[in-house]
Amino acid sequence: MSRIWEIPGGVHPPENKQQSMTRSIGHLPLPATLVIPLHQHIGAPAKVAVTVGQTVLKGQKLTDASNLNNLPVHASSSGTVIAIDDKPVAHPSGLNALCVTIATDGKDQWIEHAGISDFRQCDPHNLLQMITEAGIAGMGGAGFPAAIKLSPSNDKPVDTFIINATECEPYITADDAAMQEKTQDLIQGIEIVGHILNNPSRVLVGIENNKPQAIVALRSHIKERSIEVVSFPTKYPSGGEKQLIYILTGREVPSGGLPSDLGMVCLNIGTLIAIKRAIIDGEPLISRITTVTGEACGVNRNYDVLIGTPISHLLAHNEFDERNCSRLIMGGPMMGFSLTSTEVPVVKTTNCILASSYSEIPSDLPAQACIRCGLCAEVCPASLLPQQLFWYAQAKDQERLEAHNLFDCIECGACSYVCPSNIPLVQHYRSSKGEIRKANIDKIDSDNARQRFEFRKLRLEQADEQRQVKREARRLATEQARATNSTVQSGSSAADIIAAAQQRAMTKQSTPEQQKAKFERALLAAQSRLEEAENRLTEATAHGTAEQQARCSASLESARQKVDQTQNRLKELSD
Amino acid sequence: MAFKQISSPHGHNPQNTGWIMQLVLLSTVPGFLALSYQFGWGSFINLIVAVVTSLTAETAILACRNRPIAFYLKDYSAVVTAVLLALALPPLVPWWVVVVGSLFSIVIAKQLYGGLGYNPFNPAMVGYVVLLISFPIEMTTWITPLSLLPDGVSHPGLWESMSIVFAGSAPVDGVTGATPLDIFKHSSGLVVDQIYQNEALFSQASFAGVGWEWVNVGFLIGGLILLKTGVFTWHGPLAMLGTLALMSILFWDGGSSESPGSPIMHLFSGASMMGAFFILTDPVSSAVSNRGRLIYGALIGLLVYVIRAWGNYPDAIAFAVLLANFAAPFIDNYTLPRTYGHTDRRKATEKQEEK
Repeated sequence: MSRIWEIPGGVHPPENKQQSMTRSIGHLPLPATLVIPLHQHIGAPAKVAVTVGQTVLKGQKLTDASNLNNLPVHASSSGTVIAIDDKPVAHPSGLNALCVTIATDGKDQWIEHAGISDFRQCDPHNLLQMITEAGIAGMGGAGFPAAIKLSPSNDKPVDTFIINATECEPYITADDAAMQEKTQDLIQGIEIVGHILNNPSRVLVGIENNKPQAIVALRSHIKERSIEVVSFPTKYPSGGEKQLIYILTGREVPSGGLPSDLGMVCLNIGTLIAIKRAIIDGEPLISRITTVTGEACGVNRNYDVLIGTPISHLLAHNEFDERNCSRLIMGGPMMGFSLTSTEVPVVKTTNCILASSYSEIPSDLPAQACIRCGLCAEVCPASLLPQQLFWYAQAKDQERLEAHNLFDCIECGACSYVCPSNIPLVQHYRSSKGEIRKANIDKIDSDNARQRFEFRKLRLEQADEQRQVKREARRLATEQARATNSTVQSGSSAADIIAAAQQRAMTKQSTPEQQKAKFERALLAAQSRLEEAENRLTEATAHGTAEQQARCSASLESARQKVDQTQNRLKELSD
Repeated sequence: MAFKQISSPHGHNPQNTGWIMQLVLLSTVPGFLALSYQFGWGSFINLIVAVVTSLTAETAILACRNRPIAFYLKDYSAVVTAVLLALALPPLVPWWVVVVGSLFSIVIAKQLYGGLGYNPFNPAMVGYVVLLISFPIEMTTWITPLSLLPDGVSHPGLWESMSIVFAGSAPVDGVTGATPLDIFKHSSGLVVDQIYQNEALFSQASFAGVGWEWVNVGFLIGGLILLKTGVFTWHGPLAMLGTLALMSILFWDGGSSESPGSPIMHLFSGASMMGAFFILTDPVSSAVSNRGRLIYGALIGLLVYVIRAWGNYPDAIAFAVLLANFAAPFIDNYTLPRTYGHTDRRKATEKQEEK
């Protein structure tokens, strides 16, 4: 039995997990439309690879991914693409995003696909490629591309592989249900990842002790000695990646770093099952297990849901009572975000839909003053001082916020949960983080601008110096030449010099035709400059500042004079 | 239908600030009962006058500041301030002393700084110090504990007490007397054993000083209840009491005529327990981190002893707490906890993390 380290802080909100575990994982009828957001992971979005009107098969790629950073998305069922446009999606910002909408044809016809029978014979690199092609992003929360996690860029070999089966958020039972019903798939997933990671010396399944059936299921299926199921007391937020790593190994992920810095990789249950499907069955990630729960739903249950299924479809099959629904939350009550519409689709990271009643999650009470009681600091799993962070967040004191390690806040919500003054602390931290990030970007921009300016100044100064040097050299040469001339021609008179000069001028003088051609060229150039100046002035009048306008009209005037001048010269010449 | 967009976490545990304050109020009951048993009706009258004055003052200022009155009164913070001040004042002190103290606490020390959560100093102690400096005689006249009253003399009843407090009639002779700390302050030249033999306050005591020991036990019990319910952590009180005990051991001086008194006498006399559990635990004006609270508590313990032993006042909780309030923001800057993923604790003042 492995030793367990206890994280500081933590809270024990009511678990509310039993109501969705009374039945097995269910399936829903095929929805009429599937709305598939193109960007369901952390990283760059991929390019659309289908057109409106095109027929797609189940499992067909809708986007082209060029590298590990942009994962493809796939059609979750067969049908016709009826729209590619911005639609409301599940995102804390509440903003719309580009989605492919498919009208399903009911045939649910698969595209040709094949897995590999013996992954152990396969090069890990090829397996990673398959995982990326299957569009697998971390299904626990943030949606970090799984293949990136599995191929740490630093040279540190992975010696510990952690399976996050904690599921510490109240209400959510998707992983619990999967562990009980898809145990074999999960174990295979663990084995595949073990192979990719070159069989790390420790494979630990971290699970809270409130899931005894899952623990039994896992232990009875695990034959390999190397996989160890470690259960520990239930406490929120034990399932945070950093927290779980500490619980299981007593080590801390360095601030701003990744588990791979410690030679560790951490994946969640859903992700591992998806990896098994991708490698063994050749199926991309087109469905996931999602908990539908909350008192506003008559039925609380886990479902194997197609990605892109509108939430309204889920709710409609679960006796959803809209009038009794205080909030609609994607994810759990501690870290999930509220949805404003039931039309948003299920995405790869949707582990729970919580439709709470008014008695279950009442409206937030108005915030009172912070009395610095310190209950928040007592429950903070990162050992921050939330009350001080709140104080400096209000004062917008970014230096102090950073000195108090604002960016080590994992936004678990434990502080807000216990705050006796009902202060939405996490919201303050999120907004302060955003402000600091923006300020940092602005600072980089202004630093760049300053560097450019300083470089230009330096360049101009250098050019100036060089010119000065050349001028000096020329002056010296002229003086020298004059001195030589005066010694040579000291005898000749002034009249001789003038005559010689006139002679030189005469030879330089071009024919009248040549002169005329030259003036005509000059006129053309001057006219085009005039035209350009006019354009610039119209633009400046429309959009520019008064100063710009004045500058433009001045240059217009000078261009006009130049044209007149050249025309006059030309006229003189032809006369 | 559109649902409300609300930031996580959704849901909240049932505790709120008003509830915490009520818990503090309830926990003062043992101390209050001990005070009333030992010294009569005075504390009860103080309590009523202070609460009425404080609530009136709070309401008036909230109205002036255009704040929702009921919402703020429901946090019970004004009541807590009033109760703590009332329990700190000598029983049977004239009513206007209580009124002046309460007004000063609520209006000047609390509301003018911005109300609950924004006061840099403990309001009750600000009120107390103002009274102590302005009205030294009223503030140092204490009643004799019940068991030391001369035969045939008892504490004034409720009506008599009220006439003393409100009409200014003089209490019966022999009802007032010195406190244990007063005795040590004014008995230079005697060794501790002699003091203990001469003074009934000590010779008849169970372990520290007649009456006072039970008042302190009362506040200790209340404090332990609060500690158990998690309203505050052990750091501040333990550091304060520990330092006070340590100092009195260090300067015990074998009970010579220079000795400022035994550790037990210091821990269970004056406002030691009330200060440790009800005054320095005021979160608003104290240091925030656990380590900070250790330093903050120790500083108060140290100051209390220094003033008791070598200062001009017999007791010093209020002065010590106010001085430590000054130091709290400074302590906070240098007592940040070590955050997950960092090798070392940081300072609040640093611009870049030292690697």
